[in-house]
Amino acid sequence: MAHADSALQPRDPAALPRLALTVLVLALLWPGFSLTEFDPAVLIDGRSRETMGKFVSTFFPLETSPGFLQLVARSTLETLAIATAGTVLAMLLAAPFALVITRSLSISRIGPGPGYWLGRILRLPARFAMMFFRSIPEIVWALLFVRAVGLGPAAGVLAIGVTYGGMLGKVYSEILESNDARPAAALLETGSGRTAAFFYGLWPVALPELVSYTVYRWECAVRASVIMGFVGAGGLGLQMELSMRMLNGGEISTILLVFLLLVMLADAVSAILRKVTA
Amino acid sequence: MKLDLERVSLEYPNGVRAINQVSCGIDRSERVAIIGPSGAGKTTLLRLLATALRPTAGTLTVLGADPWRASRGELRRLRGRIGMVHQAPPIPPRQRVVTAVLAGRLGQWPAWRSLASLVYPLDMPGAERMLARMEIADKLFERCDQLSGGQLQRVGVARVLYQQPDLILTDEPVSAVDPALSDRIIGELNREAIERGVTLVASLHAVDLALHWFPRVIGVKGGEIAFDLPPVRISDAMLRELYASEMAQVPTQDYQPFETMVPGVRRKPVYF
Repeated sequence: MAHADSALQPRDPAALPRLALTVLVLALLWPGFSLTEFDPAVLIDGRSRETMGKFVSTFFPLETSPGFLQLVARSTLETLAIATAGTVLAMLLAAPFALVITRSLSISRIGPGPGYWLGRILRLPARFAMMFFRSIPEIVWALLFVRAVGLGPAAGVLAIGVTYGGMLGKVYSEILESNDARPAAALLETGSGRTAAFFYGLWPVALPELVSYTVYRWECAVRASVIMGFVGAGGLGLQMELSMRMLNGGEISTILLVFLLLVMLADAVSAILRKVTA
Repeated sequence: MKLDLERVSLEYPNGVRAINQVSCGIDRSERVAIIGPSGAGKTTLLRLLATALRPTAGTLTVLGADPWRASRGELRRLRGRIGMVHQAPPIPPRQRVVTAVLAGRLGQWPAWRSLASLVYPLDMPGAERMLARMEIADKLFERCDQLSGGQLQRVGVARVLYQQPDLILTDEPVSAVDPALSDRIIGELNREAIERGVTLVASLHAVDLALHWFPRVIGVKGGEIAFDLPPVRISDAMLRELYASEMAQVPTQDYQPFETMVPGVRRKPVYF
């Protein structure tokens, strides 16, 4: 009896594709580790431990002279300004692109009458532009903009704006598509325009996710602005580079501590915004 | 200004034929109920009339126009004249009730007005009037995730009342409310249709509501029309036949048995 039952039991039709996908992912991941010569054993090897220890020991004690702290404070403000202005620029760039790309806002999807090909044609170059913006690392954009607008924070703002604009545009449209599309579709079905359908149907659904991702990107922008300081785009990075050139470990660790505080700040801001928008 | 289906079929991409060669006409200001077992094609039929789905065969005329021959702008204007009450109200949970109701006019408002109304609700009295007809005027500034299922469904109805469409379609609009309130909501929809002389097509799960409120009832089964008659000519045998596959009983509100003593008279369930 039990035997007959097991023969009649339904079989999961998704089991085989799932297994194949798992094997494929593993097969793709393995070369990544072997190509990069990744070997955790090196980390606990005696010689490298000694070298790392020496490097880290120069970090203490922290540099706390009032003059240096003042300098760090000003650079911190500059870094925050670069990251914030850059992220705002990125949002301004990303929002219209995301609106164009997002499929759940596509009127042609719910009813391609004649003359609906325009949207489809527009979406392709928009996707490509986003890809182009984010495929070039921000440091390369920074080098480019330093030549265009000169040394200083403005180059950093532009570099973050362009790169992160590409990233935000892609992720915004993915967030919008992964959320419940029925409210927006229902509005489109009663003749609403695309922009109105977005603000009445998708925006309230997706807002917390959009906010938290944007704040996370802002946090990344703080770090990125540091790197770009190395190529002359101002802020804490510039300070860090000077300290590194002078091999002043205490100054470096003070600056690193400031980074930690900035990341904690970003975390707190994100938590508050999530609570407000939830 | 009428609805016309001429041998309309709809086959979903997965090969399921939800509507099979249906022909029927509905005149302006007619009030029609659609009944039938679940999976019969009621929702699909309504979505075809709402121009949300394109028939795979046949000709469809909605409010006197062929939606799938119309230009982009014409189709949008046509859709603005169609109001749909969904079974599960497609309203973002974090949206306020006032915004959800005002969204009914998005198809008629210019974009600047829609956006301005998000900053400050432009027609609060209008929204409140419609909510009052649904007896939830006190919920005007509440968030939709604070409402019960029945209250949310009434917000969906209030949105369509506020839209003032030329064609009101409702897909099981009272699935989440109790019988007394169901009567009230269906009554309000009928009143709206009669007062403004617009067409009302409602799919209903509870057969007694359909027979009580609508001068014309279409029974749908297996994607085809089983009968299309005024309620007085619909016999109990026809109803049993319509629901034969689903359950032993014809679905009514609260599953009360039919009062069948005087055939041919509007029937309400007997409450014990």
